[in-house]
Amino acid sequence: MARRSEALAVIGRAVRTPQGATGLVIAGCVVLVAAIGPAVAPYSSTQFVTAPFARASSVAWLGGDILGRDVLSRTLDGGWELLVMAAIATALGVGVGAALGIMAAYYGGWWDSLIMRAVDVILAFPQLVFALLLVSILGPKIWLIVLAVAISHAPQVARVARAAALDITERDYVKAMQILGIPGRRIIRKDVLPNLTSVLMVEIGLRLTYSMLVIAGLSFLGFGLQPPAASWGLMINENRVGLIANPWGVLMPAILIALFTIGVNTFTDAVARASLGVGGRATEPEPVALVAREVT
Amino acid sequence: MTAPSEDIPATATATVEDVAVAKPPADPGTPRLAVENLRIVMRPSRGRPEVDVVDQVSFTVQPGHVLGLVGESGSGKTTVALALLGLFKRGLARGGGKVLIDGQDILGLSEHELQKLRGPTVAYVPQDPGSALNPVLKVGTQLREVFAIHGGDADRLTQVMAEAGLEDPGPILASYPHQLSGGQQQRVALAMAFACRPRLIVLDEPTTGLDVTTQRRVLDTVRGLCHTYQVAAVYISHDLAVVAEIADHVAVLYSGRLIEIGAASELFATPAHPYTRGLMRAIPLMETSHELHGMAGSPPRPGNRPAGCAFRPRCEFAVAECELREPAPVVVSDTGHAARCVRATEVIALSGTALQARERTVPPAAEPVLTISGVSVSYTNKPVLRDVNLDVGAKKAVAIVGTSGSGKTTLARCVVGLHKDWTGTITFDGKQLPPGVRGRTQDQLRKIQFVAQNPYGSLNPRQTIGQIIGNPLSHFSKLSAREREQRIGDALTSVALRESFAARYPDELSGGERQRVALARALVVDPELLVCDEITSALDVSVQAAIVELLLRLQAERGLSLMFITHNLPLVRSIADDVTVISAGQVCEHGTVTQVLTAPKEPYTQQLIADVPGFEHAV
Repeated sequence: MARRSEALAVIGRAVRTPQGATGLVIAGCVVLVAAIGPAVAPYSSTQFVTAPFARASSVAWLGGDILGRDVLSRTLDGGWELLVMAAIATALGVGVGAALGIMAAYYGGWWDSLIMRAVDVILAFPQLVFALLLVSILGPKIWLIVLAVAISHAPQVARVARAAALDITERDYVKAMQILGIPGRRIIRKDVLPNLTSVLMVEIGLRLTYSMLVIAGLSFLGFGLQPPAASWGLMINENRVGLIANPWGVLMPAILIALFTIGVNTFTDAVARASLGVGGRATEPEPVALVAREVT
Repeated sequence: MTAPSEDIPATATATVEDVAVAKPPADPGTPRLAVENLRIVMRPSRGRPEVDVVDQVSFTVQPGHVLGLVGESGSGKTTVALALLGLFKRGLARGGGKVLIDGQDILGLSEHELQKLRGPTVAYVPQDPGSALNPVLKVGTQLREVFAIHGGDADRLTQVMAEAGLEDPGPILASYPHQLSGGQQQRVALAMAFACRPRLIVLDEPTTGLDVTTQRRVLDTVRGLCHTYQVAAVYISHDLAVVAEIADHVAVLYSGRLIEIGAASELFATPAHPYTRGLMRAIPLMETSHELHGMAGSPPRPGNRPAGCAFRPRCEFAVAECELREPAPVVVSDTGHAARCVRATEVIALSGTALQARERTVPPAAEPVLTISGVSVSYTNKPVLRDVNLDVGAKKAVAIVGTSGSGKTTLARCVVGLHKDWTGTITFDGKQLPPGVRGRTQDQLRKIQFVAQNPYGSLNPRQTIGQIIGNPLSHFSKLSAREREQRIGDALTSVALRESFAARYPDELSGGERQRVALARALVVDPELLVCDEITSALDVSVQAAIVELLLRLQAERGLSLMFITHNLPLVRSIADDVTVISAGQVCEHGTVTQVLTAPKEPYTQQLIADVPGFEHAV
């Protein structure tokens, strides 16, 4: 209860910083476009509206794609699935990775060796190649793509989480709890995890970006969502041959993906910063107090 | 604000020379270092007006003399020290005043000119040589670099090393800093500082973190070098006893103001400012056990200074006049002893009655609550503890004394179960204790509580004080929310904190308040044995005094047994009934405090006691 309200307080403080607000607005706009897009799209995403690679006109505001479908409608229609997939993959990957990394750091010894060697093995595969491998063996199923991306994230998150948690587990306040005989699970939950907020927030931002790239990349390579479905990654692949005739078919999805990653990272950065201050206090200590502390 | 009438130096300069007749300086005309009305400010930003961190600081130092600059954390002593090198911390700038080295104002120089000055003219010895030396370069490489930059005869290297007390420099020059002990590192830093024969040397707490024996040698070295080469030294420290050992003159800083200055002997024997008097009353002495008086409150932060005298809110001598204006220096003796206090002469008159002796009533010998027998610990075949035997009597306070690396902290960790790879037996309440926390019963875990050294690391920054204190409570007993709140409130009250602290977070608390919270967390479950690992070493003396008095009161009220681990021998005199001296993992001497401290049998203990800095040198 107390922890949840503190997490909310941290996010609240992040939103009030200029950086956090900017990030949230940018990412929020992209999510909004993807979420309500299908409802407001002028045409169906599979309807032939104009000539292939037709220039923007009053019929199709952003012109036509390779088959003469409306670029605007397909852009509005093709984001939601990508965003949801990326979000689930990130949550899974960061969640599993952080849990493994923290366990390795806290319990040490045999656990540490087992977890970290397994992590090393998975790390040996490049992320995209690993996902490709799974998808090409088991077929382009959506759940499989999400799982593949999550699995490829987990080891990297585990490494970062372990390094950060090692530092925390050596702190005296963790020792103080251990002396009382409080079980490890509870210490991890109450004392280790809350002190990793800033590290994990940065990881979430970074991993969400990678998820988008890998999933869009898989679509681009022909895995993932299959034609004629609209998907930002797929659109970039389909329309790149007509880049000169009608650039919007490539530019629109590319710009939206870029905006989303920039927005998310700006926001998670702000949250990480905000979480360095604690409790209900201001993000930064009052400047006077800050310098005074340095002076001591 | 800086009217000439408020100037300390005018009087101090003249008189310092009078004192120094025995050792006439080379050129009595200009002092080696003269600081005149130094003012250092925090630059204004975002609607916050300019705030001074240090103001109206003036003093002089003659060649061959050591000035001790004393103050508690946050008093601005390091800020002043850095200004002597022409350096300012980020966000700070010179607000006025001069720093004259042989008559030349160094604050007016360009960065390039300052660069040429540092080393040959003014040198600096940092607090932690371990982090000031570059870890990836050999010591020899770093020392030669000093000669290479400032020109100089690199053949003098061995001579410089020998002067700093490193008689056999070969192996040291070929080592990396981490391969040296703390004492050796500090000597290397000293050699580096004295290498170019500077005219002024600034030492920023160079012996903090060294054990007393090493500290004594480093102090002797510094003193010797200053006298031999007529170097003026400014020695910054929070430890009055250390300053009493080394300094000819002492200046006391409080909240960025120089509140008292004078010859060391005079200042320590007859403190003229209530703050200095308070510090003297807070320091435990080797010779007698006396009541330690903490000072209530904490120093004001820059920007929050009260009107008038900055010390007024904490001062027992405060009168209405103190609120009106900042007091001007009052010269109290013809040797230049001056203090910024309107009642300075009254304070001096009281100096004989400063200390109140205390008779510790030794509780009758009872069955020991904790018996350690034959405990040994090794880290990868290196023995840390060897066959340690020790009793902690019921309701007694047993001090465990040793230098760093003697194994005293490891012993504490064995007792509380943090360290579980030990051999031997530890009996608690008549039952043998399993080695690690896991094997122990809830009752055993509850009855032995631990307070760690550093209050800045022992409280989870993500939990409120109430949650922190509540952790052991909810682990050991099922309580209703109201009972729980009640117990937390009681625990806070018992360590003299307000109940409203429960809603605060650790970073809103001062070091002393945090250590009180750590104590409350240990006491909230009613332990029988409290293991305290150097719990005052990270605190200022006035705070230490308050914590020690609190601990003694709680011990008496609750019938606690104490295992008090420390390297501070005078503190042992004030707090403990029995004392065990540990050296290199073995018990060296054991007995009552009076026995061991007044008539030590072992040569090691005798040396340890002889090396403790004290005021007899100065007074």
